[in-house]
Order: sequence, then structure tokens, then C-alpha cells
Amino acid sequence: MRALHVQNLTFNWPGAQNVTLRIPNLSLAQGERIFLFGPSGSGKSTLLSAIAGVVDVSTGAILVADKDLGAVRGGARDRFRVDHIGMIFQVFNLIPWLSALENVLLPCTFSQRRRTRAGDDPVATARRLLEELGLSDPSLASKPANQLSVGQQQRVAAARALIGKPDLILADEPTSALDEAAKAAFVDLLTRECAEAGSALLFVSHDRSLERHFDRSVDFLELNRSAA
Amino acid sequence: MLGFSLRSLWNRRFVAGLTVLAIGLSVALILGVERLRDGARDSFANSASGIDLIVAPRGNSVQILMATVFGVGGTGTGMTWDSFEWMEGRPEVAWAVPIQMGDNHRGYPVIGTDASYFEHFRHSGGQPLSLAAGTFFTGDGADAAVVGAEIAARFGYAPGTVIVNAHGSGEVSFDLHDDAPFTISGVLAPTGTAVDRMVFVALEGFDTIHAQEETPLADPLDPAATPANGHGEDDAHDDHDAHEDHEDHGEYEGTEVGHGHEPDRINAVYVGLIDRTNVLGLQRAVNERPSDALSAVLPAVALAELWGITGTAESAMRLMAWAVALAGMISMVVMLSATLDTRRREFAILRSVGATPARIFGLIVTEAAILTAAGLILGLVLLTVATFVTDPILSARFGLRLGFDVFGAREPGTLFVIFCAGLLASLVPAVRVYRMTLADGLSVRL
Repeated sequence: MRALHVQNLTFNWPGAQNVTLRIPNLSLAQGERIFLFGPSGSGKSTLLSAIAGVVDVSTGAILVADKDLGAVRGGARDRFRVDHIGMIFQVFNLIPWLSALENVLLPCTFSQRRRTRAGDDPVATARRLLEELGLSDPSLASKPANQLSVGQQQRVAAARALIGKPDLILADEPTSALDEAAKAAFVDLLTRECAEAGSALLFVSHDRSLERHFDRSVDFLELNRSAA
Repeated sequence: MLGFSLRSLWNRRFVAGLTVLAIGLSVALILGVERLRDGARDSFANSASGIDLIVAPRGNSVQILMATVFGVGGTGTGMTWDSFEWMEGRPEVAWAVPIQMGDNHRGYPVIGTDASYFEHFRHSGGQPLSLAAGTFFTGDGADAAVVGAEIAARFGYAPGTVIVNAHGSGEVSFDLHDDAPFTISGVLAPTGTAVDRMVFVALEGFDTIHAQEETPLADPLDPAATPANGHGEDDAHDDHDAHEDHEDHGEYEGTEVGHGHEPDRINAVYVGLIDRTNVLGLQRAVNERPSDALSAVLPAVALAELWGITGTAESAMRLMAWAVALAGMISMVVMLSATLDTRRREFAILRSVGATPARIFGLIVTEAAILTAAGLILGLVLLTVATFVTDPILSARFGLRLGFDVFGAREPGTLFVIFCAGLLASLVPAVRVYRMTLADGLSVRL
């Protein structure tokens, strides 16, 4: 099984003249960790949106866990996403008025598969994940998310992406709001937890200093042939 | 989903609380207006309870009702004592109470009647009249008067006070019967009906004040003042006539039937039947009585007719209450809509963890449902508290009884309508959110 397989993908935003994405081939094996780098505005986020099934691709196929996203429509695609994909954004990952723990458990409330895979006691699993990500203080777990620091919020977001062992984790510049020391620590923790969960990781960043934590790196400009 | 919505609302508890308050107030207002209306109608319908038929000189039934029960205006010229005795003698009649009117005491109507009035009159759901002080007419009570609670309170009357009545029904009168004073024998307990604003004197006393008048007091040019016989319907509006007829009082010689005093003419008779199902037959008999032009009024029917006239004000009140409810709904839509922009990120996060746009739509509707339901409960609580506080005042001063039931008969229906309106109103922001989440996807460009 491949966690992700993108084939002959083209995409352009409605009304746009130029094709934004033209990706002949991108594959992630199960548990593989890929570092995707490229300058801002090159379409990396658009690719992630397409993989998450939020935008419809013009042509080509995106297979997540060997299932064609194009064949899943509407609300079923939202459910499919949470079943198989965990997501971490640049900033603002958390529902501000839920506690850290409740934020981590969100995928389990929307996905039966994630809940089942989170073990007998999802709450304990969530606590363990938070602990492993350096948020061991119990008072932190019950704090509303908007009272956490940015670094803490990103780690809570990572725990949420990881809970229930999704097949694929999409991380869209999750370290851009962190300082240098925190960046490395965060990526280190994330890759380790992905390995433990058996999830493939597609990590998008413009910061090549993080490259060394990954199985391989892909240059987005080489991947995307839209300019050609 | 419910818990999630609750948490989300709790996060905005101040604004949510205000919204609930707005809805609660409008709910309380709607139900309160409805209850006041029902209470007013009940108290109105009960203002002549116990009386099966009011017999009076021929006239409009509403006018007869107004004159006899509410003491406003007057009936046509007097009916004969013969008719009263005929009435009283009918086999289907259980009791008959004679009523004389046309005098006032400082603007309040004076009713000439006998002691049986106090025995048979019922108010506010069948309660008999009771005394706050003193006694009803005593045996010889030609100069005894019983006053209503409002009069007693306004003028500070107590048993023993001597009062003087005036002729006519206006507040300002120069025709005082100061040669025939009355001594108050009793003060009635408050009823919340027109009785509170009436002075009752014995028939005998009522006649006394007129018996002493000099005979030629009628203007010979005033046809309405023509004494005695032959009164037709054309002078039905002259409420003075009945008393001016008393000039020939001394000539009357009737048989004794248990009424200590027999005036020659009275204004109305309250009739109670042994079997109420005979009321229509008796009504026909009265209307067809050849010797006297009489009308027999079913109080319930006349009251309904009168209520129909006052119904416009009632509709206006209801309309206003619903307008307030509309304002409450709008405030909820405003509150839900105003927060949408700041919550876009929240919705995007929810989508990223698997919430479908339909689910987010449902979230908004659920929030609206919670707000509306909380508003309904708050409204009921407010209303119950308000009822508890105001009931003693309302029942004493207006004879209104609102009742402490949490639900009136139609109230579940009203509450359901409001709840549905709340859900319906929430569709406006919910549809916006639905579109927004589809357009935003997972990353919000703010």
C-alpha cells in the first residue's frame, strides 16, 4: 500500500490563465517521511489542499491509502480525510475555546476509524501523545488552547494529527512560527512520533535546514512542471 | 454535537446570555399577554356569573348589560312591579333580584336592590360577595347602604358613615338628595369587578329619596320626562325616567310577596333558574310578555358580544408581543451572524478534522436551538415569577386571575411556534456558514 500516490495531476484556480500545478508523479510509501521544499507562492499549499480533497483537481488522480479521492464526493470526502489524513497548519491549528486535550481528541469525535485506532482509551492515548510531545504538565492539557504559547499550540496540533494513526500526515510549514531551537525539536518529535504511529509524513517548508530529519527531500520546483 | 455547541456558546456566554434574555423577555411577554387576555376575558365573563338572565325594559342587550352589571349608562324606563312578580312566580325561576338605578354617589352608581342581591351575585369564578366590615342590609334598613371596596377606600367610608346620594349618573350634580341620607351598614370586600364601584341601598330607601320630591319635576316640554305609562323603545336611553316615575309611588298597592318594600317600577331583574336548560324558553316568554315591553338578556351572550367590541385592543397587544418576539429572533440572527467571521478559522479547523459542511451547518442550527430553548425556559421562569409577584395585585384590583400553571392550554403550541421560528431564523447564518466553509476549505485567507 502507498500512503499517497499523485499521478498526472493538473490544477488551476478557477479563472486563472496558467496551470498552477502539473505534477506527473509523487508517491509516498507507507511510513515514508518526505521533505518538500520550495519558495513561497509556488503552489505547495495548493498541492496540500488537493491532497486533502478540499479543491477538485482538473485532471489526474490522487490516491490516499490506495483510494482515489476523485471518486469520493462531498461530505464523504471530509470523512475520508479525517479517517486517513492528519493535518498540521502554519498557525491557528486549534479551536481556541476547547482545551488542549479536547483539541487532540477532535479527530476521534469525527472518525470512527481514528477512534478505534487510538486504542481502548483515546483520552489516555491523547495524554500520552501530549506527554511525548513535551506537554506533560496535566494543567496544560486542560487549559483552553488560546492560553498556550505558539510552540505549545503546534505540539498540540501535532498530537491531534497523530492520534488514531492516520495513514498520512500533511504538515504545511508548521515550524514557521517557531524559533530555531524549537523548530528542530519540533521536527524531531514529529518525525519520531510518525515513525511510531507508522504514518507517512509530507512535510512542506521553505527552510532547508530541517531536511536532515527526513527520508528524502523533494524540490517542489522540480516536482511541479507547470512552468514548463 | 450538543456538547460541542454548548461549549461554543459558553465561550461567547456574555452575548449568548443577552440573546437568551432577549428571547426570554419576548416569550414572557407573548405568554403574559395571552394570559392577561384570558384572565381578562374570564373575569369579564364571570362578572355576571350566577345570573342566568337579566330582564330589563326592552333595549339593546349590551346596553342592558353595561347598565346592570357594570353600572355604566342606564336601561330603558322602568318595568312594572307586576312584571317582577310575574317573573318571580314562574315555575322555572329559582330566584329573582330587583334592581333599581339612576342615582349616583359622588359619581358612583347607586343600586337599589334587596338583600337577596348579596346572596345570589357571583364574581370571579363563582365567589359570593363578602363583607370587609359591617353587615348587609339589616331588617329595617331603609336608610342602610352597602358600599363597594373601591368607594370605601377612596372616601374612607366605614360602617356608620352617613352618605348622601344625588340624582342622575354624572359626577357633578346639583340635585342632591341631602334630605335622605344613608348610613353605611357594610363595606364589601374587593372583587375586582364593577361591584367595587357601586353603592347598594335597599329598594325602600331608594324610593324614599324620590318619594319626598315634589310632584311636578318633569319639564312638560321634555317628552322623555313624561310620567308613567306608555313608555316605548324610543325613550330607552333615558336613565332618569325610572325614578321620575316614582312620583306616583304612593298610589301603588300591591300584594306582599316577601319583599319588604314594593316600588312600582324597577330597572332590571336578575334571574336565576332552577334548571338552566330552560333559559331560552323563559327568554322567549319574557320577550313575548304583552303587558310590558321587556328584554331578557343572557349575560354570557351579551358579554361575548361586548368582548367582541373590545377585541381590537386585544389584537393590538398580541401584535406587539409578537413584534417583540420578532425582535428577539433578529437579535439571535445578528448574534450568530456577527460571530461568523471571527469563527471562520474555527470552522476550517473543524473541516480539517473531518467535519462536513453539513455538520457545521448543523452546529449553527444547534446553537440557535439551544439559545431559543434557553430563551423559552427563561421566559417561562420570568413569567412564573412575574405572575407570583403580581397576582395578588391583579386579582384584588382588577379581578384578574392569571393562574400559576406552567403551561396554559395553548401555550405548548405557542412555545413550539417560537422554537420553530428560532430554528428557521438560524438558517440565515447557517447557510452563510455552509457556503463559507465550502469556499474557505482548510486555510482561511483573512
